[in-house]
Amino acid sequence: MAKELILKEGEVDARDIVPINRQSFRDKLQAYLHKPFSFLLLILVAIATFATAAVVVGIVIYVLWQGVPHLKPELFSWRWTIDNLSLMPSLINTLVISLISLLLAGVIGIFAAIFMVEYAKSTNVFVKIVRMAAETLSGIPSIVYGIFGMMFFVDEDFLGMGFTLLGGALTMTMMILPLIMRTTEEALLAVPDSFREGSFALGAGKLRTIFVIILPSAIPGIVSGVILGFGRIVGETMALVYTAGSAFNIRYPAGLMGQGCTLTVYMYSLISEGSGYSNQAWAIAVVLIILVVIINGAAEFIGNKLKKEY
Amino acid sequence: MKEEKTILQTEAQISEGGGELAVNKKNIVKELLMKILFIIAAAIFIAVVAVICVYLFVLAVPTIAEIGFFEFIFGSRWLPGNELYGLGTLIVGTSYATACALIVGVPIGLLVAVFMAFYCPKWLYKVMKPVVNILAGIPSIVYGYFGLNVIVPFVSRTFGGGGASLLATALVLGIMILPTVISISENALRAVPKSYYEGALALGATKERAIIKTVFPAAMSGVVTSIILALGRAFGETAAVVLVCGNIAQFPDSLLDPIRTLSSNIATGLAYGTGLHRQALIASSVVLFVFILIITAIVMVLRKKKR
Repeated sequence: MAKELILKEGEVDARDIVPINRQSFRDKLQAYLHKPFSFLLLILVAIATFATAAVVVGIVIYVLWQGVPHLKPELFSWRWTIDNLSLMPSLINTLVISLISLLLAGVIGIFAAIFMVEYAKSTNVFVKIVRMAAETLSGIPSIVYGIFGMMFFVDEDFLGMGFTLLGGALTMTMMILPLIMRTTEEALLAVPDSFREGSFALGAGKLRTIFVIILPSAIPGIVSGVILGFGRIVGETMALVYTAGSAFNIRYPAGLMGQGCTLTVYMYSLISEGSGYSNQAWAIAVVLIILVVIINGAAEFIGNKLKKEY
Repeated sequence: MKEEKTILQTEAQISEGGGELAVNKKNIVKELLMKILFIIAAAIFIAVVAVICVYLFVLAVPTIAEIGFFEFIFGSRWLPGNELYGLGTLIVGTSYATACALIVGVPIGLLVAVFMAFYCPKWLYKVMKPVVNILAGIPSIVYGYFGLNVIVPFVSRTFGGGGASLLATALVLGIMILPTVISISENALRAVPKSYYEGALALGATKERAIIKTVFPAAMSGVVTSIILALGRAFGETAAVVLVCGNIAQFPDSLLDPIRTLSSNIATGLAYGTGLHRQALIASSVVLFVFILIITAIVMVLRKKKR
C-alpha cells in the first residue's frame, strides 16, 4: 500500500506537477486538433511511410511467393539444357563481369579519388572538370551505355569484338566508376587531418602516408562502395543486352571473349519469350532479390561495424 | 655467429646511411610516378565522357541530317517500315511518363524523407534505412516483371482497358524513383542546422509547421536536386518501362492509353533494326543523352548554390 503523503502548508505533491516539456498524449492530441493543418501533415507522413514500407515488403513477398516454389535444384545445374533452363551459366557470367568491372573500376575510381582528395585543390579547373565528368557519367541512362558499348566494342566500325563478356564488363566499368569514386572520396574525407599531420611529422612521405595511414583507415567506406558497385552490376540489364549478348549462348559459362548473358539479361530474355517461362523468370527474380539483400546488408555491415570511432 | 650478425647489421646500416641520397631520389621518383598515375586515373573520367560524347554525336549527326532535324525531333510518326522516323510521340510519351511518375513518387518520397529525418525513432530507422536501400537495389527488370504481373492487371481490372498504359508506367516509375527522392532529400533536411528547427519550435510553431516553414526552405536546393535526379532516372529507365508501357507509339489521350518511350523504343527496335532504322535508334539515344546532360548541368548549378 502506497504511503499517504501528508502535505504541510505550502507544500505541493511533486507528482501533480506536469513539466512543461512533457506532454501527455491527450495534450498532444488537443494541440493537434487546434492546428488541423499540422495534424493533416502528420497523418500524411505516417501514411506515406507506411505505404512505402508496404510496397517494399509487398514486392519482396510477392516475388518470393511466386518464385520460391520454382527454385528447383535442376535450375542450378552446371549445363544449360532446354529442359532444365539452368541459371547457373548466367550466374557465373554475372560474377565474371562483376569481377572484371570491379577490379578495373576499383583501381581507377580509388586512384582518382585519392587524387581528388589528397592532391588536388578544389578550385583547380582540372578537378572541376573531373567532377563534372563523374556527375555526367552517373546520370547517363543504362540504355545509352548499352548503345555506346555496342558501337564501341561490338560493332565492326571500331573494335569489332562482337558480343563478349569483356565488352560488357568494360561498359559496366564506365558505369560504376563515379559510384566508386564518390564513395571513396567520402571515405577519405572522413579520415581526420590529424592522421595525415601525424604521419608527416614522423617523417613519412605523402605516398607512404596515403598507403599506410589513410587508405587503411578509409577501407570500410571504400569496400562498402565497391560492394554497392557490385549490386549495381548485378541489377543491370540494358547496358549488357547489347554488349555481352542476350540468351543465345547460355549452354555453358562463356569465356571472357565469348558472348553470354547475365542473370538479369537471362530473365529479360525469358520474359520476352512469352509466358511459358514465367516460373523460371520468377525463380531468377528470387535469386536477384536475395543477392541484392545480401549485397546491401554486407555494404551496410562493413560500412558501419568496421568504422572506427575517431 | 652472434657477433657476425651484428657486424652485418652495422654494415647494412652504414651502407644505408651512405645511400640516403639515392634512397631519397628513388622516393621522389616513386612519389612523382604515383602522382602521375593518380592524375591519369582522374583524367580517365574525362576521357570516358569525351569518348562517349564524340562517338555518339559523330554517329548521330549524319543520321539526323539524313532524316532532317525537325522531321526527326517533331515528326509524329515512327514507322521504320515506311522510312518514317519522327520522335514526336516518343518524346511526348517519355515526358508524360516522367511527369506522372514524379507526381506519384515525389510527394510520397518527400513525406517519407520528413519521417526519416524528424519522426523516426532510432530503432525504426535501423529498419527503414535498409528497406529504402533495398528499394534502390531491386533490379529494374524485377520491377518491370512485378509491374507486368501485378500493376498492369490491377490497372486493367480497376479502370478497364489493356492495363499496359501510361498509368501503369507512372506507378512503376513512381516506385522506382522513391529511394532517390527519399535519401537525397533526407540528407538535405538533416544538413539544415538544428537551430532553425528549434528556433521555430521555441516561437510556438508546431513540429510540422517548423518543418514546412523553416527547414524545407533552407533545404530547398537539396530537395530540388533530389527531384531532378529522380527525373533523370525516370526519363532514362528502360528495362522496367519496356514491359509495362504498352509499346504503342502514339500521343496518349488518357492515363489508360498505352505509350512508348524513347528508351523502350530503342530497346525493342535494336533487337531487329538494321540500316537507317538502327542509325535512327542510335540517334535517338543521343536525344536521351543530351537531355541527361542538361539535367546534370542543372544539378551542378544547384550544388554550387548550396555551397
